[in-house]
Amino acid sequence: MASRFTPLAGSSRTGTAGLSPSVLPRATPDPDLPGFASLGNRAGPWVSGYLASGTRSVALVSTRLTLRDRFGNLGVRLGVRRNRHRVTAGLYAVGAPNPASPVLVTSNYKLTFDSLRKELAGIDAWILVLDTRGVNVWCAAGKGTFGTSELVAKVSGTRLGEVVEHRELILPKLGAPGVAAREVRLRTGFRVLWGPVLAADIRAYLSAGKRKTAGMSVVRFGLRDRLTLAPIELVHSWPVALAALALGLLLAAPWGAGWMDQALAATVLLEGALLLATLGFPALLFVLPFRAFAPKGAVLGAVWGCIASLALGLPWGLGTGLTLVSTAGTAWIGLNFTGSTTYTSPTGALLEVERSLWPCIATLALGLGISVLSRIIGF
Amino acid sequence: MLNTSYVLNGTSLVIDEAACVGCGDCLDVCPHAVIALDGGKAWVADRGACMECGACARNCPVRAITVKAGVGCAAAIIQGKLRGTAPSCDCDSGSGDCC
Repeated sequence: MASRFTPLAGSSRTGTAGLSPSVLPRATPDPDLPGFASLGNRAGPWVSGYLASGTRSVALVSTRLTLRDRFGNLGVRLGVRRNRHRVTAGLYAVGAPNPASPVLVTSNYKLTFDSLRKELAGIDAWILVLDTRGVNVWCAAGKGTFGTSELVAKVSGTRLGEVVEHRELILPKLGAPGVAAREVRLRTGFRVLWGPVLAADIRAYLSAGKRKTAGMSVVRFGLRDRLTLAPIELVHSWPVALAALALGLLLAAPWGAGWMDQALAATVLLEGALLLATLGFPALLFVLPFRAFAPKGAVLGAVWGCIASLALGLPWGLGTGLTLVSTAGTAWIGLNFTGSTTYTSPTGALLEVERSLWPCIATLALGLGISVLSRIIGF
Repeated sequence: MLNTSYVLNGTSLVIDEAACVGCGDCLDVCPHAVIALDGGKAWVADRGACMECGACARNCPVRAITVKAGVGCAAAIIQGKLRGTAPSCDCDSGSGDCC
């Protein structure tokens, strides 16, 4: 069966010499889908060649991340071209797959695609990439873009049934909120197997005969996971950082003798609170008291405000005011971290929003009021 | 193990024991090992760990599970309230391009 597929071209990276992918004639019928034709200029550097069968060709994916891949992924973590970090959806090959090789389904977010392919060195498999508009599997499953209809469309659109002889699709189990496995089977004949949560476990999963261990089945939220989004949150918080700077400068009005020291002290307290909310909050998430995120953040901001006020020698009025600002701000940023976790429920988040939105705004207003008043009256 | 329980987690998760056929599919798709199988019936073993993602309900063959699935994200909820729509996590543009 394997002879149905012959490698047409490969880069030196995979060790197979041959034609360069670009000289492959375009095949019918749909040049837009890998699985049918050369990707042309949309083939990223991760496409190392093509596998061909009759008039069909399937893009062969490299399992090694290049420096360019790594820089691209680093950039995305900092918010550079985040929404355009995508792979063309469709069918890909990795290694030297034959019709009996497993089909791994993933999303077209380049970070996701990369984290899968880098785990596949030495493995022969097909990769079916769904169009999730550049969003990772779990988030896309929640929205339904990594969903039943997209999966069914890609299975039939790539004519997967002609490529493989078995009828199994391996999906990351975090795709389950969007995919009804039984419906997929009814509509395509393919059975969905729920694979491990992490791509890093795919090798162990495959070699154990497509069985998950308990460890592969649950989502964790370790320190590294919690800080993954910190850089991008930091980048996105520049307007707040600017506002904190402006507030620090304003509170030094009327800019008499020693105004710079005053402005610096206020700014250090405020920017420190922002930094702490963005980096310290995720890191200390499980150390901070309370289960709800806004109170967790409030505690962090209040403690910081008190410590910074004393350390920086702020007048007690201004110190109180800015501590309240810090408390409200950190609570707010903490509340928004609910969107970055792996375990917060919509019911809980709704309750938190309802309970803490106005207290946050009121505390912020009170803090600003006391700060300004302390400067005017002088306490 | 870290305590990853959140306020009101799993509140909306209901398993209709009479309808359950004990296939175990819900156990297989749950990311937090919330559900267990006992005597051919699925039951909620760790409600506090349930983030209401909806994977179990979507994959139950007999619709024995109901859960108010959605995004557990405050920003999405606030945005939904402001726009008067359902909570959505299209955070930095209206194009539906971002997580």
